[in-house]
Amino acid sequence: MSHPEHIIPHGRVLRYNLRERLTHWVAAAAYIYLLSTGLAFWSPWLFWVAAALGGAQVSRMLHPWAGLIFFASVWNMYVMWAQQMKYTDDDRKWWKAVKYYSTNQDDKMPPAGRYNAGQKFLFWGFFWGSIALLVTGVVLWFPEYIPWNLRFLRYLSVLIHPATALFTIGLFMIHLYMGLFAERGAFGSVIRGDVSMAFARRYHPAWYKEIVGESSSPRK
Amino acid sequence: MSQAILRVQKISGHAGSVPGEDTQREYTVCKLIDTTTCIGCKACEVACMEWNDLPFGETVFGNTYQTMPETRWNYWNLILFNEHEREDGSLMWLMRKNQCMHCAEPGCLAACPADGAIVQYTNGIVDFQQANCIGCGYCITGCPFDIPKMNPKTHRVFKCTLCTDRVSEGLEPACIKSCPTGCLHFGSKDDMLELAGNRSKQLREHSNFPNAGVYDPPGVGGTGVIYVLHDASNPEVYGGLPKNPRVPWSVKLWKGPLKWLGNVAMVGGLIGLFVHYLRYGPKEREEEDLVSGPGGGKT
Ligand code: HEM
Ligand code: SF4
Ligand code: SF4
Repeated sequence: MSHPEHIIPHGRVLRYNLRERLTHWVAAAAYIYLLSTGLAFWSPWLFWVAAALGGAQVSRMLHPWAGLIFFASVWNMYVMWAQQMKYTDDDRKWWKAVKYYSTNQDDKMPPAGRYNAGQKFLFWGFFWGSIALLVTGVVLWFPEYIPWNLRFLRYLSVLIHPATALFTIGLFMIHLYMGLFAERGAFGSVIRGDVSMAFARRYHPAWYKEIVGESSSPRK
Repeated sequence: MSQAILRVQKISGHAGSVPGEDTQREYTVCKLIDTTTCIGCKACEVACMEWNDLPFGETVFGNTYQTMPETRWNYWNLILFNEHEREDGSLMWLMRKNQCMHCAEPGCLAACPADGAIVQYTNGIVDFQQANCIGCGYCITGCPFDIPKMNPKTHRVFKCTLCTDRVSEGLEPACIKSCPTGCLHFGSKDDMLELAGNRSKQLREHSNFPNAGVYDPPGVGGTGVIYVLHDASNPEVYGGLPKNPRVPWSVKLWKGPLKWLGNVAMVGGLIGLFVHYLRYGPKEREEEDLVSGPGGGKT
């Protein structure tokens, strides 16, 4: 099965359509705001960040709303991508070989589809993470309305919310590192939407095959 | 609520040292509440509202003499009424003046992320500074006594100040002044403990309250408000006074080990990624290198 509609002029491949790119950047903007204001309340040494972002009261007021925007965009990603993010046997093989991936020996990797197993892990990590952040975040939003005999909800939330945030921060750092530094060309794919044929063939060979069909000579 | 004439020994959400820490030898102040002589007249409730100039609010009738179910952001001092049946079948009316306990190790302050929103003076008073409060309500979660209350309009938290403004001028809190039976006392913690101890002894030896004792819970480092109870072995019957109050374990875990682990992991992760980049660099220097096909590897 080939999908020549993905191939756009100058021998480039469409990787993300406008809806995907917009969703990505809404999520990113919301996440960076959540990260900055959240970390400001996490550590007294970073409290100045909240002051720089318009004052700590404002940060406290807007953080939960940004959380709702973030969650909505992650949900939209789920709608768009859940199907493609399913784990396959190839992904298990990919994980076994991950040391080659992390040491830039990509030629020794089993072929990845549109998303490699690492990207899938990132997606599911963020998906479940944002659900946990949403649920605990709502508790933290209105602690004064949690009745005394349900106070364990507050006790759990003050632990789980930052712990989950830390987990997503780990994912986020690796995500930025891969997208900005390690895989040149990936950043352009969420800005302009396309990648080079070579990029597709190198990092996502199975996806590349799907697009160009069995004949692996790129069309011009 | 008040001007900080007093020196500060603990500050919430504060990076670096605390100006007043270890700089004063002032004794710790303490309020003693003798529940055995309280008649539930609520003079202290009124005095609190008068002195602190708090707006009047609706009272809520719940089939007892209690003014409302719990303290409010603008009602810091509440007499809790409880009917208690003793083992011999006789009935007791328990009245307990409920307010902030001014814990030596306050959970509210430990939980608060805002610099200077909660301070503890060297005399032991725990005071909220609403100007610095961000309204997150973490203090509500940190407090084992359910004391801090949110003003829904301004989203700032309020509670009893132990009349910091009066105490800093050498006066006793307003509630103490108003009590007609003398069941409220105010002084140094040492003096109040001694007084409470003597009173408990009297109750045990002369008034047929063999379990009478002092409530000064060690789980929060002792409190700046202590009680004499007829039955110190069962404080729960006094409107849910916790038997062994502690700062919730999850709050301790959150502000202690989790904070350290998280910070080490975040900084370690950044350093790790940086070193990885120095060692391995980008997967490809130029996208165009790839045109030659897979297997190009590092150039
Ligand atoms: C998904 C919906 C979310 C909601 C409703 C929400 C809500 C809240 C609320 C109400 C607080 C309490 C104080 C404050 O407002 O800052 C909080 C704290 C925090 N949030 Fe969120 N949040 C959400 C998502 C996130 C995300 C995605 C992150 C990722 C970095 C995050 C990181 C934090 C951190 C680090 C704290 C401080 C924890 C601490 O004080 O130790 N939150 N959140
Ligand atoms: S709501 Fe409580 S914990 Fe939050 S800033 Fe105000 S005083 Fe501190
Ligand atoms: S009783 Fe609650 S509000 Fe008062 S000092 Fe203790 S922890 Fe803070």
